[in-house]
Amino acid sequence: MSAISFQQVGKTYGKTSKAFTALRDVSFDIEEGEFFGLLGPNGAGKTSLINILAGLSRATTGSVRVQGHDVVADFATTRRLLGIVPQELVFDPFFSVRESLRIQSSYFGLKRNDDWTDELLTHLGLADKAEANMRQLSGGMKRRVLVAQALVHRPPVIVLDEPTAGVDVELRQTLWHFISRLNKEGHTVLLTTHYLEEAEALCQRIGMLKQGRLVALERTSTLLAGAVSTMLQFKTDDALPAELASLSRVTGRVVQVPASDALHIEQVLGQLRQAGCRLEDLEITRPDLEDVFLHIMQGANA
Amino acid sequence: MKNVNALKRVGFLGLAGTAPLFRKEVLRFWKVALQTVAAPVLTTLLYLLIFGHALQGRVTVYEGVDYTSFLVPGLVMMSLLQNAFANSSSSIVQSKITGNLVFLLLTPLSHRAWFLAYAGASVVRGLAVGLGVLLVTAWFVPLGLAEPAWALVFAVLGGVLLGALGLIAGLWAEKFDHMAVFQNFIIVPLTFLSGVFYSVHSLPPFWQSVSHLNPFFYLIDGFRRGFFGASDVSPWLSLGVVSVSVLVVSALALSLLKSGYKIRH
Repeated sequence: MSAISFQQVGKTYGKTSKAFTALRDVSFDIEEGEFFGLLGPNGAGKTSLINILAGLSRATTGSVRVQGHDVVADFATTRRLLGIVPQELVFDPFFSVRESLRIQSSYFGLKRNDDWTDELLTHLGLADKAEANMRQLSGGMKRRVLVAQALVHRPPVIVLDEPTAGVDVELRQTLWHFISRLNKEGHTVLLTTHYLEEAEALCQRIGMLKQGRLVALERTSTLLAGAVSTMLQFKTDDALPAELASLSRVTGRVVQVPASDALHIEQVLGQLRQAGCRLEDLEITRPDLEDVFLHIMQGANA
Repeated sequence: MKNVNALKRVGFLGLAGTAPLFRKEVLRFWKVALQTVAAPVLTTLLYLLIFGHALQGRVTVYEGVDYTSFLVPGLVMMSLLQNAFANSSSSIVQSKITGNLVFLLLTPLSHRAWFLAYAGASVVRGLAVGLGVLLVTAWFVPLGLAEPAWALVFAVLGGVLLGALGLIAGLWAEKFDHMAVFQNFIIVPLTFLSGVFYSVHSLPPFWQSVSHLNPFFYLIDGFRRGFFGASDVSPWLSLGVVSVSVLVVSALALSLLKSGYKIRH
């Protein structure tokens, strides 16, 4: 049985004239114990899909199941199975960190949950903030509490909706260490993120959404292996020749140009020499998930 | 065995989780009791001092009942109703605007559990304020308790009715402005025009009939019965009108919660 199963999920907001379709016929399964990455540009429908899974919104068409239970008909069961870390940084200003966790535990019928919540606090680096009021915490600390709140009932399926957006390096490390451990212990993880290097490092399988459609669904290794070419990477302060500029990915001084073989590489270098570009730190690299992502997103335009 | 476990999970009628949410809602206002209990008690005492002083001897009420004594149960009920409404409505609208309602939306709690918890906490806040006013006034206004059962019944039903109305208003409101509209244009006029400050028998016939269309009139009249053993209409009629109002408003609140009106999109 799949941990999560999306079947022909469609979502349209609003009525006829101003209707906006966020999801079209999305179908895929996430297996038990998988670490799955859901990627896509802003507005691709990632959060819409997660909201339907969480019961925060309802699908216009299709259905979603968690361990075989329908998220609408059997919501009480699926919400016990799911631990969802929402994207928005929200908190209840009336309570301390520990009170927030106790209250959240109590909604799931857990009266004596202090051993587990203490463990959560320790692993998320919150132990010394347990008695602090939520209002006194920094953004990063509030984010940690959100993760802890989602996990109070030890859900077998963990969903993280862009948990590292605007978060410092230390928290990202702490968080991934802890979530990876839970995944090794058998928890299924569904992650959406904008940081493709995170997805590449963590996720065994990846789905990509674009304009509400699923445009890729592969093992991460297969996606990377199937990528078209090697990359020529270098740093420069000079303007690129026009014919290369359109193909390249430029991040600050770093330029990456797809180059399929030795002949192609020579060609590119020739063009650069002619244009008078001075290159530093020249290297030939394997494509990463970002290249694959951009390639798929451009291809899916057609 | 399987059925036993299933029942343990969702509870009788799907009511699992009601008690924790109720406790949290009570804790929420109790943590800021100065603002949610002490302040309304003080406001109500000011009404009592000013109106009691200004109108003493000028308003005809029941035989042998001094005006200030007559005023106390009305003001107690008014503060109870307004605070019961404020509790559920402000909790929902604040959680919606700050976004932390999501913590509750992600739980397995049923719409019935939500309703009972919010309405229950509203009753507690209403009773806390009402009792506060009674306790403070007890040492300078003589007041009997002729038929206490009526006072208790109408106090609790009033808390439930306004708690449920507060839920509806909180779900409907998208910002604090909307909340103020509901409070200022519906709740306050209905409470002020319900006979808090006068006996409706002292009104001209037309306004007497209008007052009889206001469900809050029956709440106040029935509540007063508990103190004086006298009322403008039979307490049984009041009980009937109030019970029907509670049922209608609760059914509406429950159906909005079930459909996820403005909270599940």
